[in-house]
Amino acid sequence: MSVTAVNAGSNRHPRRGWKSAATWIGAAIVGVAAFCAIFAPLLVPHDPFAQDLGKRLLVPFWMEGTDPQHILGTDQLGRDYLSRLIWGCRISMLIGVTVSTVSGLIGITIGVLGGFLGGRVDDAVLFAITTRLSIPVVLVALSVVGLLGSSMTLLLVTLSLLLWDRFAVVARSTTMQVRNLDYIAAAWCAGCSRFRILTREVLPNIASHLAVVATLEIALAILLEATLSFLGLGVPPPLPSWGLMIAEAKDYMFFSPWVIVIPGVALFVLVLGINLLGDGLRDQFGARTDQ
Amino acid sequence: MFRFLVRRLIVALLVAATVMTLAFVMTRLSGDLAISIAGPSATQADITAVRKAYGLDRPMLTQFFDWVGHAVTGDLGNSFFFQRRVSSLIGERMPVTLTLGITGLLIALLVSLPLGILAAVRENTVFDRAVQFVTLIGQAMPSFWLGLLLMIIFGLQLGWLPISGTESWQGFIMPGIVLAFSAIPALTRLTRAGMIQAMGSDYIRTARAKGLSRASILLKHALRNAAIPVVAVAAVALGFMLGGSIVIEQVFALHGVGFLAWESIAKNDFPVVQAVVLVLSVIYVALTMFADLLNAVLDPRLRGA
Repeated sequence: MSVTAVNAGSNRHPRRGWKSAATWIGAAIVGVAAFCAIFAPLLVPHDPFAQDLGKRLLVPFWMEGTDPQHILGTDQLGRDYLSRLIWGCRISMLIGVTVSTVSGLIGITIGVLGGFLGGRVDDAVLFAITTRLSIPVVLVALSVVGLLGSSMTLLLVTLSLLLWDRFAVVARSTTMQVRNLDYIAAAWCAGCSRFRILTREVLPNIASHLAVVATLEIALAILLEATLSFLGLGVPPPLPSWGLMIAEAKDYMFFSPWVIVIPGVALFVLVLGINLLGDGLRDQFGARTDQ
Repeated sequence: MFRFLVRRLIVALLVAATVMTLAFVMTRLSGDLAISIAGPSATQADITAVRKAYGLDRPMLTQFFDWVGHAVTGDLGNSFFFQRRVSSLIGERMPVTLTLGITGLLIALLVSLPLGILAAVRENTVFDRAVQFVTLIGQAMPSFWLGLLLMIIFGLQLGWLPISGTESWQGFIMPGIVLAFSAIPALTRLTRAGMIQAMGSDYIRTARAKGLSRASILLKHALRNAAIPVVAVAAVALGFMLGGSIVIEQVFALHGVGFLAWESIAKNDFPVVQAVVLVLSVIYVALTMFADLLNAVLDPRLRGA
């Protein structure tokens, strides 16, 4: 026993330091993004929608001939890039959090029911998950938005209906693990109702695993929204989604690469931050959500 | 083994049937398709004519069973825009998408297998952490953005590769790399985990005790066992890549199935859209089935499940 303890200790220590640094970096990125998202209207130096055709494609601060009024330059319509970037953060976070919440409600409900009830119900749940996984997400989301016309609400609904699979998979497997544990049996014996056992005993005990999935789903939803917006079937213009900013700037990227570099870096850093935070949470809870 | 096969096949068919229904419902969500097909300047008579010509005046259920009945025999209907059979349109575009998907998968395997093996051998070293960091970066990278960056760097500034098109095999390199990025994180992690597990097992200790060389132990003993889940996941990853290639085909202007779907969505050409959704889903289902079978063949313990 002492041998295993020593081994575990020597392996873990350097890892812990490295891991917790990564987690803190992730948390810091997510914190800044959340702050920008909530206080965007107060933070933006200019109106993100105001065009100024006399000031088109001004370069950002690290290049020569920059305008101190526009730190990150302006886009092809003369709109302040920093303001649009901050507003875009608001949109990304809104979509990430909303989609993750709604799809979480769907996925957790069916996953917990399948895992807890077993039998026919579980067969149906498993079938739903299998079917959902076989559907190409980007293509279906594009088709729905393309056929119905792009709007923020439609985008949120479509993504929420498509991204519940990982919640369901994890909720189902973790529920199966706790279903037969002693405290559940004790709750049955104490005469608790099925609903009470599900909400008071099962859910709190699988919540940490679900929190990890939630962070990963936020990142996935943000990436998907950017992809759909980039393809012109996501957030409708003139809203400054980062994907849409890249799409609109694409025609100028060969002459001024920074127009796609800035929103792309923002997107990349935010998703990386959320993933780092998610990985940190996973290690903290000792949860296994890898398939 | 036979029971396993039959059960797996029934599930696959049920999934295909469900996807078929969903694809049909999805394309009817927008209400009256005849209005959008006829265009904004159409008169009531035009709309009625369109409705009749495409059979949209029939009851929904009749349309549905008509579509299913034909789709089962491989007839996916006619495209409104191209005025051709959807099956031949998809057949024409499929080679580009398949080439892209397989290129992406090969690049992903070429990168993730060595990275995963080396990370496992040097578990908890700086190299291992560097590999884990690379997988994190791969996960966070928006594929369309990576594609644009590669175009700027390798296409424009260095001039090494063509920016778009498929005239030569070089046109597939950049899109293949971008597509591979989506699979590299999962495949690397899986290889690493599998190798770590295999290296800790008894038969590796036996092989070491026999005095076999390090390379022989790694490649002949450990890798063979670690490769089973990797091969299965690679098959599934190919399915994901084919479904996700719509983005990359659009970025690099490759005229594959994804590009066809994108064009058709813009033109309200719903027979093509629902057919592409169905075909990609069926390919995915077939690949996951193949992966399950492969697992069962390679690992007899799974056959009972």
